[in-house]
Amino acid sequence: MVAAMVKRLASLAATLAAVSMVIFLVMNVLPGDPAAVALGTSAQEDTLAALRHEMGLDQPLPVRYVHWVGGAITGDFGTSATYGVPVRGLIADRLAVTLPLAGMAILLSMLLALPLGILAASRQNGAADWIATIFSQLGVATPNFWIGLLLILVFSTALGWMPSGGFSGWNDGMINGIKQLFLPAVALALPQAGVLTRVTRAAVLDVLSEDFVRTARAKGLNRRQALFRHVVPNALAPVVTILGLQFSFLVAGAVLVENVFTLPGLGRLAYQAFTQRDFLVVQNVVLFIAALVVVVNFLVDLLYLFLDPRLRSSR
Amino acid sequence: MPRHGKLLLGGAITALFLLTALIAPFWTPAAPTRIAIAERLKPPLVAGLLGTDQLGRDVLSQLMAGATNSLSIAIASVLLGAAVGTAIGLLAATRRGVVDELLMRAMDVVFAFPPIVSAMMLAAALGTGRMTAIAAIATFMVPVFSRLTRSAARRILTHDYVLAARAAGKGSRRIALEHVLPNIAGDIVVQATIQLGLAILTEAGLSFLGLGLAPPAPSWGRMLADSVTYIGAAPWLAIAPGVTIAFSVLGLNLLGDALSDLVDPRRRQGR
Repeated sequence: MVAAMVKRLASLAATLAAVSMVIFLVMNVLPGDPAAVALGTSAQEDTLAALRHEMGLDQPLPVRYVHWVGGAITGDFGTSATYGVPVRGLIADRLAVTLPLAGMAILLSMLLALPLGILAASRQNGAADWIATIFSQLGVATPNFWIGLLLILVFSTALGWMPSGGFSGWNDGMINGIKQLFLPAVALALPQAGVLTRVTRAAVLDVLSEDFVRTARAKGLNRRQALFRHVVPNALAPVVTILGLQFSFLVAGAVLVENVFTLPGLGRLAYQAFTQRDFLVVQNVVLFIAALVVVVNFLVDLLYLFLDPRLRSSR
Repeated sequence: MPRHGKLLLGGAITALFLLTALIAPFWTPAAPTRIAIAERLKPPLVAGLLGTDQLGRDVLSQLMAGATNSLSIAIASVLLGAAVGTAIGLLAATRRGVVDELLMRAMDVVFAFPPIVSAMMLAAALGTGRMTAIAAIATFMVPVFSRLTRSAARRILTHDYVLAARAAGKGSRRIALEHVLPNIAGDIVVQATIQLGLAILTEAGLSFLGLGLAPPAPSWGRMLADSVTYIGAAPWLAIAPGVTIAFSVLGLNLLGDALSDLVDPRRRQGR
């Protein structure tokens, strides 16, 4: 168990280092001069040179990389050109929106998908199974940002029940914050729930055909008892894995949904920085998001280790 | 859903989508980019089958032209991602050892970048446009195809006929191309069909953010982005492109599922 942990930690560190190198190379080696982009086409040569020096662009690439990553590890992401404040503070502020949004979306998708998937598998080819199949097919095929637009159309424009967007911060109280994030979270959750329903159904069906389930029934457990004591716990591992793999899509979805609902989250920060050509912010937010995806997958891997003891010795 | 139902429905929707994408460059009810301010924001059936947008452009014609753009970008991304990913997967499976380990760790690195995020990074470096969209979507598919190919190829490599081929003096490359690839082609085609749906969703997201095709080239994602301003006055502008995207992706997913059942007979029991 300890050896497996150490190996995974080393692999995590290597992946993070490689991720940062890829971002640095794409943002700094590909043609294009951030200083020229920042100043526009009419910039004087000496102003350009001064800005390049200020941005550290006149240093050799390896020096710039080490400087950037060294800063990032200690939490110093530099200062944004357009916002004029440290990037670290920007990221922290925006995380206070994106993390609760993602958390609510994951929770909502599990609340929808787990019961539906389990019910569909336990009554295969019944009405619940049909509903689950249609729901998951539609969920997977529908773009989350469009669901967001429809929710605005119905619940804000037509009915006026919910705000159509914006976020006034957590200082106005928990309930108010959750209310403002609710529609965006639903838009993010529905496609996720589509995927999860399908995976849950397949996982439960797989376990249902195992011998130990038949043994449990033979020992006198009824269907429901066997389902919740033996089938569901064993079906959780693949569900958790998919949840981890889907995290990447959730983050990409958050970029879109935050833009639909004009939420000041991490995705909208990256997008605004991109349109304002504030590439230092783009570079750092991309690093942050990619690192988040890697770490979440690492944690899911650990959880999997915990859920499935057979994996502890191998690999 | 019964297998033939999925195959028929998915096949029919996909055929309609393909046909539209092929016809649109030659014929649409109106020129998709023709601006007619006098005809702006007309509801469906008042002007054209699906109404007009804020510049008086015919919505149906834009959707048809958008199908061509959407499908061409999706196909190019999937072909690129599948070709690179399959090559990497085959290499990893046949070489094993350090090569395998390095390639698969590299795939973990690529997988860390959600497609919208990598598109923003690439667009910052290269500018927006068709090539950036294709590169960003294809990049995300490489790990998917390489992992699939690697695990499928490793399964094939344990078969006796591979041992026989090796005993007959065939090298790794010939075994990979002559014995492994033909046997896993079905899995790759199934995955490509499903990834095509994902590529269409991603492309719509990219053009929704303005990271896709430059205007005035019609695209489903940008039609939705434009509709936000008029959502109260002209809801049809927000509904038609979304339904079109969902319908197209649904068709490809159903087709992918049905093909997957055909390729893997063990799944024919309605799993």
